[in-house]
Amino acid sequence: MTLELRGVSKTVSGQTHIHPTDLTLRKGTMNVLLGPTSSGKTSLMRLMAGLDLPNTGSVIWNGEDVTGMRVQDRRVAMVYQQFINYPSMSVYENIASPLRLMGVDRGEIDRRVRASAEMMQLTPMLDRKPLELSGGQQQRCALARALVKEAGLVLLDEPLANLDYKLREELRAEIPRIFEASGAIFVYATTEPEEALLLGGNTATLWEGRVTQFGLTPDVYRQPADATTARVFSDPPMNFLQVVKTGDRLMFGERQSIPATGGLRSLQDGVYMTGFRPNHLEIRAHAPDAIRFETRLTVTELTGSETFVHLDHAGESWVGLVHGVHDLKPGTPLEVWLDPRHVYVFDRDGALVAPAAYAMSA
Amino acid sequence: MKINSRAVVMTLYLLFLLLPIYWLLNMSLKTNTEILNSFTLWPRDLTLANYATILTDPAWYMGYVNSLIYVCLNTVISLAVALPAAYAFSRYSFMGDKHLFFWLLTNRMAPPAVFALPFFQLYSSVGLFDTHIAVALAHCLFNVPLAVWILEGFMRGVPKEIDETAYIDGYSFGRFFVKIFMPLIASGIGVAAFFCFMFSWVELLLSRTLTTVDAKPIAAIMTRTQGASGIDWGVLAAAGVLTIVPGALVIYFVRNYIAKGFALGRV
Repeated sequence: MTLELRGVSKTVSGQTHIHPTDLTLRKGTMNVLLGPTSSGKTSLMRLMAGLDLPNTGSVIWNGEDVTGMRVQDRRVAMVYQQFINYPSMSVYENIASPLRLMGVDRGEIDRRVRASAEMMQLTPMLDRKPLELSGGQQQRCALARALVKEAGLVLLDEPLANLDYKLREELRAEIPRIFEASGAIFVYATTEPEEALLLGGNTATLWEGRVTQFGLTPDVYRQPADATTARVFSDPPMNFLQVVKTGDRLMFGERQSIPATGGLRSLQDGVYMTGFRPNHLEIRAHAPDAIRFETRLTVTELTGSETFVHLDHAGESWVGLVHGVHDLKPGTPLEVWLDPRHVYVFDRDGALVAPAAYAMSA
Repeated sequence: MKINSRAVVMTLYLLFLLLPIYWLLNMSLKTNTEILNSFTLWPRDLTLANYATILTDPAWYMGYVNSLIYVCLNTVISLAVALPAAYAFSRYSFMGDKHLFFWLLTNRMAPPAVFALPFFQLYSSVGLFDTHIAVALAHCLFNVPLAVWILEGFMRGVPKEIDETAYIDGYSFGRFFVKIFMPLIASGIGVAAFFCFMFSWVELLLSRTLTTVDAKPIAAIMTRTQGASGIDWGVLAAAGVLTIVPGALVIYFVRNYIAKGFALGRV
């Protein structure tokens, strides 16, 4: 089983929602679509499901062109961000409805409904109406309905976004387990890099209707193909700073420089862009060769044991994630340190020139 | 003694509101002599003869039957037409949809008298004159736009994702519409049906113009009760009471949704 998108694009009233995209999803894989709001995650899913027709290109399912096929005839299941169930039916009937339409016999329906209800911990609620359930249970009901038909393609469009924190963690832990058991192609859309990393599998990063990179999730995280992917796959976003390569050194401004080692040595001299993740900025010299930047603090956000420091570095805004609680006044000067091993180098068009040294060794 | 001024105002208000209805009921239970010759707050000489006259004389009770037939016909036709139309307006965008939607409502802005003449001539020439379906179809002119507006408001409240989930689950459009969608907007359908019923039930001009004998509605019969002995007040009042009953019954069933209906489903 494979789902293949060949040059698929979508334009709605003059606005391009999806630029021509090629993507191949293989049987039994978890595929995360990662991108900010309105980057095209939902549009792409709707094209995969067959809810929308692409303007160009084709959708291939197991080698068969299904581009114009009705959604009813495809073997897909979808769960939305909103909790979508049939309010007039009981939970049991909700889960059973796709099977009834497929003409599965009674005993088999009962067995499968009870099995997926059990998996979703809905067994005590089978006789209730969906609107009498809590948000988490409603979404479980929707998930159960999506899984019970054993579709080849399961699309989950930010299924946990409307749940509270604790329920989200709970369900997020369950989804990989459910996925393992089903063997279908899972597509999971999310705005949160953390969620993509927790789910594993493959990740496609989306930005303004384009898939910027597709690959194994850790690879995409460690070696983003370009600055856009790096920005999308980092929360808070990656920090950027311009450097000039002269000879065997990368010059940050006039005083700071690091040696151009590894793949950087053979680079042509010129202007490049460096990127580094917020969690790699430290407020003490944590490595012997760490470079020091003088910044001004604009905002601090405390999250329990960690502190987000929003910094202003010569007009550029950076974010740092530092351990411990640091209750500093906005406006105070702050020295931050960066280990050269954590620096990504991009060229001026944003393409990755050299990944950070730590990412190569990992 | 402390007087609750709110209660006083409320009581007075209710009194004024109920006075005409009480007077109608009062008259319907009196004899003509009592109605004409004395002023009494309640019937001295209580009689049910007026009601007996109506319920035994086909010239009277057929009026109710005729009215009910065309009102029900109209309600069914209006809903059957308005349901798919409202669905289209709520789910799809097509050329001129907003203009068309507004234009539908402008149909209600013309007084029925405007349409009495064309309907009369049209139905006479195609042989529909003095039939129930003629009146039912004429009333559709006002009721279909109203039903479309009300239903569209209710349908808009149902997320589009439910439709899509149903299609993904394998429902055909028809099956989805009947099994999943209609139960979701059941209160909207009830309210739309009530409004169709009510407008058709109280409308007099078109129904009187388009009928003579076979489909003559009760309201028209009531305007023609002048006999040789003058007006039969008691019977007329009894007919009035009986005319209120169906409307009151129907309104009871949709009482919780009336406000949303008056707001055309947009609350």
